[in-house]
Amino acid sequence: MSLTLEPNPQQIKEEKLYRTMGLTDEEFGKVEEILGRLPNYAETGLFSVMWSEHCSYKNSKPVLRKFPTEGEHVLQGPGEGAGIVDIGDGQAVVFKIESHNHPSAIEPYQGAATGVGGIIRDVFSMGARPVAILNSLRFGELETSRVKYLFEEVVAGIAGYGNCIGIPTVGGEIQFDPSYDGNPLVNAMCVGLIDHKDIQKGQAKGVGNTVMYVGAKTGRDGIHGATFASEELSESSEEKRPAVQVGDPFMEKLLLEACLELIHNDALIGIQDMGAAGLTSSSAEMASKSGSGMEMNLDLIPQRETGMTPYEMMLSESQERMLIVVKKGREKEIEDLFAKYGLEAASVGVVTDDKMLRLLHKGEVAAEVPVDALAEDAPVYHKPSAEPQYFRDFQAMEPKAPEVADYKETLVKLLQQPTISSKEWVYDQYDYQVRTNTVVAPGSDAAVIRLRGTNKALAMTTDCNSRYIYLDPKTGGKIAVAEAARNIICSGARPLAITDGLNYGSPENPGVFWQLEESADGISEACLALQSPVIGGNVSLYNETNGTAIYPTPIIGMVGLIEDIAHITTQAAKQAGDLVYVIGEAENEFGGSELQKMTNGGEIFGKSPAIDLTVEKARQDALLAAIQNGVVQSAHDISEGGFAVALVEKLFGTGLGADVSLEGEATVALFAETQSRFIVTVKAENKEAFEAAVQDAKQIGEVTAEPVVSIQVNGEEVVQAPVNELEDAWKGAIPCLLNSEA
Amino acid sequence: MYKVKVYVTLRESVLDPQGKAVQQSLSSLGYNGVEDVRIGKYMELQFDDTVTDVEGTVKEVCEKLLSNPVIEDYRYEIEESAKQ
Amino acid sequence: MKFAVIVFPGSNCDVDMYHAVKDELGEQVDLVWHDVDNLDQYDGILLPGGFSYGDYLRSGAIAHMSNVMAAVKKAAEAGKPVLGVCNGFQILLESGLLPGAMLRNKNLKFICRTVELTVENNETMFTSLYEKGEKISIPVAHGEGNYYCDDETLAKLKENNQIAFTYASDVNGSLSDIAGITNEKGNVLGMMPHPERAVDDLLGSADGLKLFQSIVKHWRDSHVVNA
Repeated sequence: MSLTLEPNPQQIKEEKLYRTMGLTDEEFGKVEEILGRLPNYAETGLFSVMWSEHCSYKNSKPVLRKFPTEGEHVLQGPGEGAGIVDIGDGQAVVFKIESHNHPSAIEPYQGAATGVGGIIRDVFSMGARPVAILNSLRFGELETSRVKYLFEEVVAGIAGYGNCIGIPTVGGEIQFDPSYDGNPLVNAMCVGLIDHKDIQKGQAKGVGNTVMYVGAKTGRDGIHGATFASEELSESSEEKRPAVQVGDPFMEKLLLEACLELIHNDALIGIQDMGAAGLTSSSAEMASKSGSGMEMNLDLIPQRETGMTPYEMMLSESQERMLIVVKKGREKEIEDLFAKYGLEAASVGVVTDDKMLRLLHKGEVAAEVPVDALAEDAPVYHKPSAEPQYFRDFQAMEPKAPEVADYKETLVKLLQQPTISSKEWVYDQYDYQVRTNTVVAPGSDAAVIRLRGTNKALAMTTDCNSRYIYLDPKTGGKIAVAEAARNIICSGARPLAITDGLNYGSPENPGVFWQLEESADGISEACLALQSPVIGGNVSLYNETNGTAIYPTPIIGMVGLIEDIAHITTQAAKQAGDLVYVIGEAENEFGGSELQKMTNGGEIFGKSPAIDLTVEKARQDALLAAIQNGVVQSAHDISEGGFAVALVEKLFGTGLGADVSLEGEATVALFAETQSRFIVTVKAENKEAFEAAVQDAKQIGEVTAEPVVSIQVNGEEVVQAPVNELEDAWKGAIPCLLNSEA
Repeated sequence: MYKVKVYVTLRESVLDPQGKAVQQSLSSLGYNGVEDVRIGKYMELQFDDTVTDVEGTVKEVCEKLLSNPVIEDYRYEIEESAKQ
Repeated sequence: MKFAVIVFPGSNCDVDMYHAVKDELGEQVDLVWHDVDNLDQYDGILLPGGFSYGDYLRSGAIAHMSNVMAAVKKAAEAGKPVLGVCNGFQILLESGLLPGAMLRNKNLKFICRTVELTVENNETMFTSLYEKGEKISIPVAHGEGNYYCDDETLAKLKENNQIAFTYASDVNGSLSDIAGITNEKGNVLGMMPHPERAVDDLLGSADGLKLFQSIVKHWRDSHVVNA
């Protein structure tokens, strides 16, 4: 084996080698101060990963503190692997979203696959059985071969991992915009179920208890992944990239089943996933949270490669590994439990009381660092924030509706926009049915999973229209939460809580930091108004390519509870003769709309649509009450593309048509993206009951047996088309773009 | 010590959709001269000295597990490798 | 009637099969780990879908070497019903209990959707409650379900009425649109579509239930003598 030549502490300082690991001069000085000496190479590595933005949130912490995190039903807020919310009957739902943007930009299949694997581990490390996966994806326009490749491979990677491990991929959303051209976003959300009594924590309590390592062996993959994720992508990223982590869903399936058996063993004290920063973060965080220390003998770490150094072992991001703490003397039982699944459980250390992380290697102390210094004492930065000029310019603009000559043709073109068009090409590749609980599959507003053995169900969705957030981060932040809640409500559920995946450009840019702050304020306001606290999430900064930031993209993952499966509602119209209602009036609001982007060469401008959270809440409550009273046949929120798109989406796949009459300016009535609006169908016999329940609802027409959509504005028919013609355009768009020559 | 290289390919009579996709992709890149692509698996097996009939064992594992004779053919190369 | 659902490392439709039998069919069922070597106490054997051993090497290739497979073969020889769904079908092919092999789907992608099947043969212990030619909706979810066999085998399958189900229209490129086949004796059925996912109208279709009911009916008819 090659002799490893690591720089000595003096060299690290003098040659400023810590900079290549991502530590600043000031941060290195602080490390020196904490230790009272110079750190060696391994120790410098420990601090560099734990103090990276990815692990410490050093740049985003002041923003994250804004979020409301408490609520009546919240059992676990941010801070553990995933948040937990009570759903009654001794059960709780566990969920979290996490980004894997940078790895996916470099190696899309494995980047996406390991993103899915990581978020699943976060959920089952809490002791929960994962029951569903959702994905929120962003790509550049489907025009270049590179973007098509990223899109196809990310989808294949998600499918490859989720299908194999046997957790249904039930939903999510995908949007396309040039701002994601070089920096796609891959955010994966996992939802799990748990009995209250089984909730686990990542803790290392009880001096003398044994630290065990379970799962896959450690290799040199992904070293410094956390630091890598905290830098902008540039042309040299290809060279700098760590060895790509490769996912092994079969290993994770075994690890999942073994861990869910393990939580019923009273020898278990604590368990934590080895995610970003691998062994370093899991060991330091478990000890720090429990006020204890940990000593590990690195010679005992199961290794896939030979000659690994302490630095490499501690920073490796090999996948499918867990660190657990068990009662002293019970190790054999644990080994046997894992052996049943063909997995190795190795005793690698002990819990101590000196609050130090001590690493032994080949008979010597390779590192000795206070656990709190790693896990808690990362510097916190209050980055300068400045309102950018573009925002002032956009705010000063008067609302302007795009020119539309032919309404039907415009509708067809909107349906062909990849952001609006059918995502069947994608979800056809995901096993969304495995475990046979999926009541509402991908394609409706929210996915619905029944809770076997109860009469209840869970609704779940991810949402974020980043164009609005770019135009007006605060309003856009509110809209993101409100839209997620609309989707949940439309499926018959009451929102429980959210997890947020905050994807932004570089926080060093004051304009980007302003976007982060403002959108966090908007999200917080909406969470309070809609009674849906933030129970966890993830921050991904530095999403820039060669200096250009992505649109600010805080993805909202929301879960709601359906109290009775009879309340489950979908967006699809149900039968001819049902009355069609619209809730909410359209205004001249086209800033950031699909129509504006489509008719303006891909550019957006002006004000985002406005939102009044009081109106939003009142309409959501009224609609949910009507759904629960059984007087709603179908419900769908009006979002990208406006009323016309929402109406025809309700007809796709049903064999039905609709005949409706609107009033006002036709372009506004058909295509404006005014918020807090819904289209609902109601049986004629429930007309009075529905109208009494939802005061803002206005009857506009009927569902027809003939599969034709007819829309009149001010008495004049502006759209008349067979539904299948529209549906073909909507379904064919993505396959057509993928098959066309780049 | 023997190192055995095993190649498993789809039988000639069986359509190889992966190979076909690669062939079409090459052709669209302008490599029109690539008439056919067949995709297979390559495996390396390291035998220790306890195995006496290496060739017989290789054939056996190829037929039992490494290939599926309904759709696949296999061939192998046996190399003597030096002790470490 | 008592069923065994065989669980291999990486099986993931095992609980679906279990619930279909227990909750919807109302029969006894155990989840049986792949290392057992005796299945004598069971009247029917179910090999569920999933990715046994990650489907590494070939789908079902490693699972067919498991301990339990000798017992599955014994059950098949004894004439007990053996049903393999999806990965279970692939394992039955690898183990030689059924003829042929699976190739990757024609479009090289995993396909998950509810498809229409035609009941080609309703004179088996798995299909007796269906009508011949009946169209049923059953979900598929697989990446390698493109059935292949040589001409001679195909001729034999047809001649012996071993093709139980076909796809009403092409899904994955399968030879003759084959979705499910039985052995010559008719007591081993392998199929790519998932009947256990179609046992409850709440989830979209209950067309798979008759398959399980057919098995039970056959068992009762042959076991309950002079009742």
